[in-house]
Amino acid sequence: MRPTLWQRLDAVARNLTPFGLTLVLVIFSVVPLHLPDFQRVAPGLALMAVYHWAIYRPNLLPASIVFLIGVLQDALTGMPLGVSALVFLTVYGVVLSQRRFFAGKSFVIVWLGFALVAAGAAVQSWLLVSVFNTAFLNPKAAFYQYVVTVGAFPLLAWIFLRWQRTFLRLE
Amino acid sequence: MKDNWRNNYRIVAPIKGLVHRFAYLGLVLAAAALMLLGKADVLLVERARTHITDALAPILDVLSRPIATAAELADQVAVMIDLHAENDRLREERARLLHWQTVARRLDAENKAFRDLLNFKPVSDSTFITARVIADSGGAFANSLVVNAGSRDGVDKGQAAVTGEGLVGRIHGVGARSARVLLITDLNSRIPALIESTNTRAILAGNNSERPYLIYPPSGAAVSLGDRIVSSGHGGAFPPGLPIGVVALISDGGIEVEPYVKRDRIEYVRVVNFGLKGILQSPRERAPGAETRQP
Repeated sequence: MRPTLWQRLDAVARNLTPFGLTLVLVIFSVVPLHLPDFQRVAPGLALMAVYHWAIYRPNLLPASIVFLIGVLQDALTGMPLGVSALVFLTVYGVVLSQRRFFAGKSFVIVWLGFALVAAGAAVQSWLLVSVFNTAFLNPKAAFYQYVVTVGAFPLLAWIFLRWQRTFLRLE
Repeated sequence: MKDNWRNNYRIVAPIKGLVHRFAYLGLVLAAAALMLLGKADVLLVERARTHITDALAPILDVLSRPIATAAELADQVAVMIDLHAENDRLREERARLLHWQTVARRLDAENKAFRDLLNFKPVSDSTFITARVIADSGGAFANSLVVNAGSRDGVDKGQAAVTGEGLVGRIHGVGARSARVLLITDLNSRIPALIESTNTRAILAGNNSERPYLIYPPSGAAVSLGDRIVSSGHGGAFPPGLPIGVVALISDGGIEVEPYVKRDRIEYVRVVNFGLKGILQSPRERAPGAETRQP
């Protein structure tokens, strides 16, 4: 049976949500929260989104979208354009190459995987920004940001998993 | 039918994989190229950034409002809790300020008299635009704010962003309805400053930590903890005397300055046009050489 127009529109809309959610996170991450000292260590929300969707639905978040998300994040945060794009693409590539490993693994493994990948991403960003500015950046803030990001991952991952079970059926 | 599909799959799948791999590599190269472009053509990339920020400014504006309100509520609760202590503190402060008021009145009169003597023409045609902070992109790698006023409100590159406490930063990029403020703590921020007590010149340089530091103080300059740092007005970027912060740490690593402005407290900034063109109007405004000119 051929799906009707509405069914197809519905499917397209659902399949756009990983991109939409990631976009919302990028924008949300720069909204001033007025929490003391929080903005310095604010978690990398978009990084979690890229990691999660690369594991569970890479077809709904293709590399081109990951690139765009990265450029948007750079533009909004004031980082050198291209840095986040490169970091997100690296995370995406690494996760895709290890996708078979993640298949069917428990959440703790996925979380540990994130801790590793996010560490790589933090070091990569730090190196790229340091080289770009030809200055030695203090790695302290990057480290704290990394810790907060890893700590906040389960919360966001839980939301994503719920979302995925409710709105994104397996193709 | 099924066989046909399987055959197709056998041919198409590797090609598809190859295409994907090339597309991925292409995107990685594009990201690297974007970084290089950002180094080679600062203006072009900054303009692109401004356009993107400007397009998203209305969304950021709407999102930032409820959060600001919630923060205000939380503040109010905190204020209620230590109302008593606050009252005592304010009473004490008032007594001190009253004393300062007399001093200020006397100085003002004295100043007026001196000006009359010298036929001095004051430069006080500064105007300001109040803008809301709609994005705070802190983080380890960049320190800037986005405010909801842009070129159509009269904001221009190089103007100072201040709050009641002191200097926040300077306008770095301007879109039609938004502008980016480079905080004094950002790695790329260089502000000609003055150690107020000794009138010693130095440059206040950001390093992406919460405390910027003073570079190029003249050798043998006397600096002590708690010294006030104000803008010096050299280089024509800012007028002299804008409060910046106090010296918080002196070590071999340098002189660290604790800014007066606490970043998480900033909800509104005043973008001040002092009518100074300065060196910041030139396209090479990031070149530190121009700002670090020493007498």
